[in-house]
Amino acid sequence: MTGQDDGGGIRDRAGTLAVLMIAPAIAYIVAMIGVPLLLAINYSLSDATTGDPVHHYAGLVNYRSALADPVFRLALKNTFVFALVSQSIVIVLSRVLASALSMPFRGKWAVRFLIMLPWTAPIALGAIGWLWMYDSIYSPFDWLYRRAGLLGKPGDPFGPMTNIYWLGRPTLAMASVVIVHVWRLLPLATVIQLAGLSAIPGEILEAAEIDGARGWRKAAWITIPLTLPIIGIAFLFGIIFTFTDMTIVYILTRGGPVNATQVLATWTFFKGIEGGDLAQGAAISLFMVPVLAGIAALLLRMARRAEVT
Amino acid sequence: MAGIRKTARRATLYGRLSAFVVFSAFPFYWMVIATFKRDHDLYAPANNPFVFNEPPTLDHLRTLLFDTHFLTYLGNTFRVGLAVSAITLLLAVPAAYSLARWAKRWGEALGIGIFLTYLVPSTILFLPLSRFTAGWGLQNSLWSLILVYPTFTVPFCTWLLMGFFKAIPRDIEEQAMVDGLSRLGALVRVVLPLSISGLLTVVVFSFTLSMHEFIYALTFISDSAAKTVSIGVPTELVRGDVFQWGPLMAGALIASIPVAVVYTFFLDRFVSGFTMGAVK
Amino acid sequence: MARVEVRGLSKRFGGFQALDEVGLTAREGEFLVLLGPSGCGKTTLLRLIAGIEEPSRGEVLIDGRVVNDVPPRLRNVAMVFQSYALYPHMTVRENIGFPLKMHHIPKAAAAGKVEEAAGMFGIGGLLDRRPRELSGGERQRVALARAVVRNPSVFLLDEPLSNLDAKLRVSAREELRRFQRRIGVTTIYVTHDQVEAMGLGDRIVVMNRGSIRQVGEPREIYERPADTFVAGFIGSPPMNLVEQGDRLVGFRPERFLPAALTPKADAVAWSFDVTWVEDLGAERLVYGTLGGKASEGRVVSRIPASVPIAIEAGRAYPFSVDRVDLRWFDRATGLRTEGGAP
Repeated sequence: MTGQDDGGGIRDRAGTLAVLMIAPAIAYIVAMIGVPLLLAINYSLSDATTGDPVHHYAGLVNYRSALADPVFRLALKNTFVFALVSQSIVIVLSRVLASALSMPFRGKWAVRFLIMLPWTAPIALGAIGWLWMYDSIYSPFDWLYRRAGLLGKPGDPFGPMTNIYWLGRPTLAMASVVIVHVWRLLPLATVIQLAGLSAIPGEILEAAEIDGARGWRKAAWITIPLTLPIIGIAFLFGIIFTFTDMTIVYILTRGGPVNATQVLATWTFFKGIEGGDLAQGAAISLFMVPVLAGIAALLLRMARRAEVT
Repeated sequence: MAGIRKTARRATLYGRLSAFVVFSAFPFYWMVIATFKRDHDLYAPANNPFVFNEPPTLDHLRTLLFDTHFLTYLGNTFRVGLAVSAITLLLAVPAAYSLARWAKRWGEALGIGIFLTYLVPSTILFLPLSRFTAGWGLQNSLWSLILVYPTFTVPFCTWLLMGFFKAIPRDIEEQAMVDGLSRLGALVRVVLPLSISGLLTVVVFSFTLSMHEFIYALTFISDSAAKTVSIGVPTELVRGDVFQWGPLMAGALIASIPVAVVYTFFLDRFVSGFTMGAVK
Repeated sequence: MARVEVRGLSKRFGGFQALDEVGLTAREGEFLVLLGPSGCGKTTLLRLIAGIEEPSRGEVLIDGRVVNDVPPRLRNVAMVFQSYALYPHMTVRENIGFPLKMHHIPKAAAAGKVEEAAGMFGIGGLLDRRPRELSGGERQRVALARAVVRNPSVFLLDEPLSNLDAKLRVSAREELRRFQRRIGVTTIYVTHDQVEAMGLGDRIVVMNRGSIRQVGEPREIYERPADTFVAGFIGSPPMNLVEQGDRLVGFRPERFLPAALTPKADAVAWSFDVTWVEDLGAERLVYGTLGGKASEGRVVSRIPASVPIAIEAGRAYPFSVDRVDLRWFDRATGLRTEGGAP
């Protein structure tokens, strides 16, 4: 035996080690997530600006003025519209894509790689690609429509102008943003659903086929009910990612045209950073909290249920 | 009859897959075309935009690599990614192990609590954190990013690693303790070597997420020499309001593809974190 | 070689009392078997001795020294887990050499010891393989070799044979016993398999619900169970227990035979209503109930194939037990009481 090692040291004491080892992570999370969150609440109740961050208590005035601002109300509405519309589309498409990807076929890795690109590549760069595709003059969509005789001459269904101006008209700009959100989140939802599909025991599927369920009937009665929790999780994460996202709107439209695509995240940035009104910005960003808290609660419940089974 | 039905099913499958591949990958195809297209061809509304109407060129690549800070952005991104990975490992590995092994009832709850902090979005935190970095004099410094990025890597990676550690049989650690190691020694000498793939996942995840990050970088960094790829390409390759589409697309493409390849390899492991145990 | 002793040892896991005031001594060089159903606390006791768990109360002593605060690595014990717990990222050689390396044994000496231990278990040819390339029996040998390599003073074995197939288990049992006799290290062996316990143990400790019910040599445990739990747990099929007044009378199935086979003078006779007969080849198991003055206990008789008497289900036969083979238990406490029939 090693004489001087009496085993009384800290490296043998599980209780002490357990606390010591988790402490740094907790400290970091408290300092860099907890404190800033409280600070944001504090700002929102004050009159702080980036030029004069020494703040005085101002009550709910920032929330009131945010709610009185039509741009804020539009941003709030847009945030919900973008998240809900894009994720409803994503759930349907990812279901179809996941069942296609779960079949055996050649070149799967390449197909998977290409389909995952929108999620695996940095979103700012992907969005720049879309910006170029939505270009007011060189958009390839416009070229296709002109070629097809749908655009560019008087009487054409898409109008007499040579271009559609995807990001220049409010409704189209919103649709364009939704499309990019769908594009971005589809891969994540698909792989989550694939994980769910692959977890269904093969015997259940075989039994269902013996019982005569195929195609959409198998989907409706077997696979979709069995993977419902997973579908829910994919949907909730998708909502979180679109609800809090600022990159796509910032790069595509900066909230334009005339704030038509503004969302809470971008409006926070423009007010709080570019406008220097910390208090107002913080108040705007905190309007995201109730939705996030609700989703967190739902995810918790799902995790609990998964634990029980 | 059965043969025809089978062929039809195959055709539907391939049709669907092709449609999705086009949808997902077209923007990147669009980047490839712009990267190698001559300006004269690129900016001609009548030309077929999907093909090269004139011979391809390397001019845009040359501009990107030698006339812009693109290589600096890549270097910055790499440095930030490396530092963030290191910090994430240092914080998440002990925390995850502690939660997975020693914490009894409160372990799972604390683990889920840590995971939930991952849901606090950067779009709320960036305002107060911008005051932090300003207060520490880190504006326009890569250190601001290195300090802040673990806010989204540590919670998720702790959660992921908890799963990895729980999958290692306790017996093996206990055996190591009987064989002559302390509890800490068993972690370092036996558990970590067995979780190499988990540690690698954490590194890849920290790296790719750092590379993807946009909002903090946009808020904290305005000096073009300190920008990362994610903000350098969209903000610096624009002169006034004139977009230099050729170099811009080249930059987006070059920065996207390698990280996408690595990410794809590890995707399934990240998903196991997202599914929160609903899929075993 | 060492004496292992536990005093007043208790262990709680949350609200579950895994061990309750257990006291026990394993003598030097003894092969002591802890036997009991799952959840009886036998593995917990082993882990407390190893130092992997900390006791809630009580003391663990090795060679008279209290080792409660000594971590496992310094107790000089070796353990073999049910799963064998081989390090999957190391070769067999590295696995066996690991305890030596951790105790800073010089490389040259360690290499020799590894070869020797491997030779002892006939796995010298597998030293460069990895655990996943080995069969179950080979893994078990590696785990044993790793346990002996640094001459521990105590061996702790947690169901080391339960992952082997039935045939291999018999030969492994024999090997294990021979090997322990040769090196003479105090061994504590946990199992839920009474055949293993009977075949291996110098003494057997029967446990249930966190406490010890009986400690004794195999024959003693079998012949003179301390209470109805031990009587019902040991033996297959277990001892018949039949209510008689405020007591229970117990007798082994192989002692409960057709009356023609037992001497009349000292036998207690019953009329046995047979409900079912199983012919297992070497023996017959006859199930049924006792008529007459005894209450309606279900009992079983085990008749060797050498007894040619025909027995059919649905009929009654005279059966009897030699009086010396009857055991009496208190109905309320379950404890065995001395004395004969009322």
